[in-house]
Order: sequence, then structure tokens, then C-alpha cells
Amino acid sequence: MMTSGMFTNYFLPGIWITVQVTVYSALLAAAVAFLVGTLRTSRLWIVRFLAGCYFEIFRGMSALVFMFFLVFSLPLMLRWQLVPMWAGVLALGLTYGAYGSEIVRGALAAVPVAQREAGVALGFSRSQRLRRVEIPQAWPEMVPPFNNLLIELLKGTALVSVIMVSDVTFAANLVRFANNESAPVYTLLLVVYFAMAFVLTRGMRLLERRAKAGVGQEQPRGGLLRRGLHEDAGEGAGALTAGGAAR
Amino acid sequence: MSSPADTPEIPPTVTDPPEPAVVTAAESRAAGTELVRFDKVTKRFGGTTVLDQLDFSVAAGKHVTLIGPSGSGKTTILRLLMTLLRPDEGTIRVDGALLTHEERNGRLVKAGDRHVREVRKKIGMVFQQFNLFPNMRVLRNVMEAPVHVLGLSKDEAEQRARDLIELVGLSEQLDKYPSQLSGGQQQRVAIARALAMRPQVLLLDEVTSALDPELVAGVLDVLRDIAHSTDITMLCVTHEMTFARDISDAVLMFDKGKIVESGPPDKIFSDPEESRTREFLSTVL
Repeated sequence: MMTSGMFTNYFLPGIWITVQVTVYSALLAAAVAFLVGTLRTSRLWIVRFLAGCYFEIFRGMSALVFMFFLVFSLPLMLRWQLVPMWAGVLALGLTYGAYGSEIVRGALAAVPVAQREAGVALGFSRSQRLRRVEIPQAWPEMVPPFNNLLIELLKGTALVSVIMVSDVTFAANLVRFANNESAPVYTLLLVVYFAMAFVLTRGMRLLERRAKAGVGQEQPRGGLLRRGLHEDAGEGAGALTAGGAAR
Repeated sequence: MSSPADTPEIPPTVTDPPEPAVVTAAESRAAGTELVRFDKVTKRFGGTTVLDQLDFSVAAGKHVTLIGPSGSGKTTILRLLMTLLRPDEGTIRVDGALLTHEERNGRLVKAGDRHVREVRKKIGMVFQQFNLFPNMRVLRNVMEAPVHVLGLSKDEAEQRARDLIELVGLSEQLDKYPSQLSGGQQQRVAIARALAMRPQVLLLDEVTSALDPELVAGVLDVLRDIAHSTDITMLCVTHEMTFARDISDAVLMFDKGKIVESGPPDKIFSDPEESRTREFLSTVL
């Protein structure tokens, strides 16, 4: 039978590793996604081409095989060994970054041309336009697909268990080998992943509402945020009254 | 250049300008006051020639209105000046400097980004669809470019922005997002935003065409105010003929990429010489 000791001794440390792998690979993936995604909108064909190559190569590569390559082949070729966890983070980050770059590119392409023209008319350089006008406007469009990708990534971290990283899947396998109770162990594991994915989704939804409010798109609704918004509205009303008084 | 904000309002004068606003390139070079000059500019879209060997220039401080049927190339002229388009042939000069070309070893070559950006600073544009940045509140919309393009300090830029927003009558809306404003208000913010860069030339591209009829007057009043109280040069594409008559020193009538007729507004609107102009005016007046 599953005992609470098994949960605290095996599952909990595993969850912590899974969380770490998720966070690190998500950060790497986000950096890659923004870099490659914006490069894919470059005016220079060679830049677009190279960034496109990156996208095609990493989209078409199995993250698992890439991990095997990093852990087992690279040391033979370079006589240099990556810590397994970082090999996992690298493989996941680079692969999911490629998917993410498509989200960034698509969202940037969806920013109206008129916004680019307004930026030109005000004398912004290309990088200023990207940073101050295009990316901030594309951002709310990116959040929902990023949420999907982040959950894919979370579940993808289970792959690191096969390169000897002691994440929660690895821990569950250990427990199962020890007590042979496959049904409860894997049921619990499914619930753990679902719970983590659910927390991520809630967080991303919060981010989405805030992002949309940041471009004046729609008023955020619901739970946590509602209170924050009311405070905001209160301040706004105060400012208006003050303005009226001054007049 | 004095800013519109600190210039006392000068009562509108209806006297004829001492010198014509639109002159041939040669005349204007002699006078040395030309701010914008098109030299044999041709622009094609696919097989269609939108501008055909266009020559014209605008003297500093003048307000020139471009009229003509749609598709006659008016907007293309503004977009060429704003470098949103590049000419296929010919050159454009702004305040003496070549806009999209550079002279290297006596030969004209395509200008680099930096050169274009430098010359472009003299030009501001207000668009038909306002094109405010939806991710910035009103104040930041107006401050952003002065801070990051001109390098003004935050305080300086904010003061300038506040003055201009007051000039367009929107001091109450500083903290609103563009989506919370009416079209007319958005367009007035867009005018303030363009002026915050202190351009020498202001391009107005059908700035009231996207507005509900009752909002048009407010925007035109602001522009009239600016036209009469500053020395800014204006190039204006509009279908508001009364407004054109009010503010223009000269009117250019376009058709099929060529200037059909040009002259002071009284002449063009009351007693045009070309039958093409008469025809066009009869459809819009």
C-alpha cells in the first residue's frame, strides 16, 4: 500500500525537481522563443532564413532523442559531461523554444501594419518599434498559446526521468519497483501532473487578463483580480474629480 | 521653431501670402525657402503608375492641400514623404536634404537607415485611422517618441506632452487608454503626438474621414488653430473643402498621378481653369 512516508520521501522531492526542470526549461524556451520569433520577422532574408532553419530543425527533433544525444553521445564527442538535469533543461528549452517562436512570430505578424507605420512616423528605429510598440501589443495574443505550450512542457519534463533525473516520474517508478502497486502509484502521478498543470493554467489566466487590461482591451473579471481592478477604478475616479476641482 | 503651446493665438489672416506656396522647383531653389521638393518622382504599384514624374515643392510655413479623386496619388505623396513607401524613380528633398538617397562620390545611392531616420525627424504625420498605441495611456502615447527618439528627459517630455494635450483640449483624458476615447478624441491625441516631435512638416492624411460627422468639427478646429498660430508647414489630403479653403495657401488638384492644376484656394474653388478640376469639385462640393 502507498504510505504517507512514500509520498513525503519520494514524491515530494520528485515534485520539486519537476518544478525546477519546468521553470528552467520554460525560461530558456521563452528566451529562445522571443529571440527566434522576432528574428523570423527580420527584414534581412538571411536572418529570417537562419531563424527559420532553427525552427524547422528543433520542431522536427524528438526532445527525448535529443536528451539521449546530450547525455550519452556528447560526452564521447567532446569529452565533456553535462549534468543530466541541465541536459534535460537544454533539450526541452531548445525544443519548446522552437514551438514558442512560432507563437511569437504569429502574434507579431498580427499586429496591424498601421502600428508599424505610426512607429515609423514618430521616428522609432526598428528595435524601438519592436520593444515599445509591437511586442507589448502582441503579448496578450501570445499568452493563451503560451499557456498550452507551458503545460505541454510540464508534461514533457517526465522525459528527464529516463536520463536519470530524479523527477516525480522517476520517483513514482522507484516506488512502483519497491512495492509493485502500479495502480495507486500511477494514479497519484497523474493527479500530481494534473494539479501542477491546473496551477499553471490559473496563473497564466491571471497573466492574460492583466495583459489584456494593459492594452485597454477588456476589463478583467473574477476572483483575485477583481479587487485589484476596483482599487484602480477608485484611483481613476479620484483623479477625475481632482481634475474637475482644479478646473 | 516655436511650439504651438506657447505661441499666443494669432487671429486668422485671410490676406494672400506674399509668395506663392507652390512654385516650380527652379523658382523655389532661387528663393531658397523650399522645405519639401519632389523631383521627377515616379511610384508604381505593380503595373499601375500612381505618381508620374511628379515635380513640386512646398515653401516653408505654407499649408498645401492636395485634392483629387481617389486613386489619384495624393495619399501616396504623403506616404512617400513619411518613408512608408520608397519612390521608384526621382528624389525627394526635405529642408535641402535628400530623403531616401545619399550622395556618395557624386553618385546617388539608396540611403541607409540612419540617414533616413535623421531626415524623417523633420516630418510628422497624422493618419486617417489615428494609429494610437493601444498599449499606452494618452500621456505616454504623446511622450514616448520625444523621450526615446529625441532623447528628451522624462520631465521635459511630460511637460511638452501636457501642453500639447491641453492644446487639443484633452487634459481630462491623460490617464485613459485610446480604446476609452471617442474617435475624435483619439485623433486629437494623434495630432498632439505628432506635434510633440516638433516636426517642420505635418502631414495630414484624410484625418477626419474615419470620424463620425459630429466629431469632425472638433478635430478641424484644433487643426485650424495650429495652422493659424504656428509656422508649421502642412501637407494635407482632405475631402473637407471648407477646411481646405480656410487653412490652405495653395491647393493642388491631382488626377492620375499628375498635378492638373494648382493655385490659391479661392482661385481653385471658385474659378478653376481646368475642366477636370471643375468636374471633381462638382462631385464633392
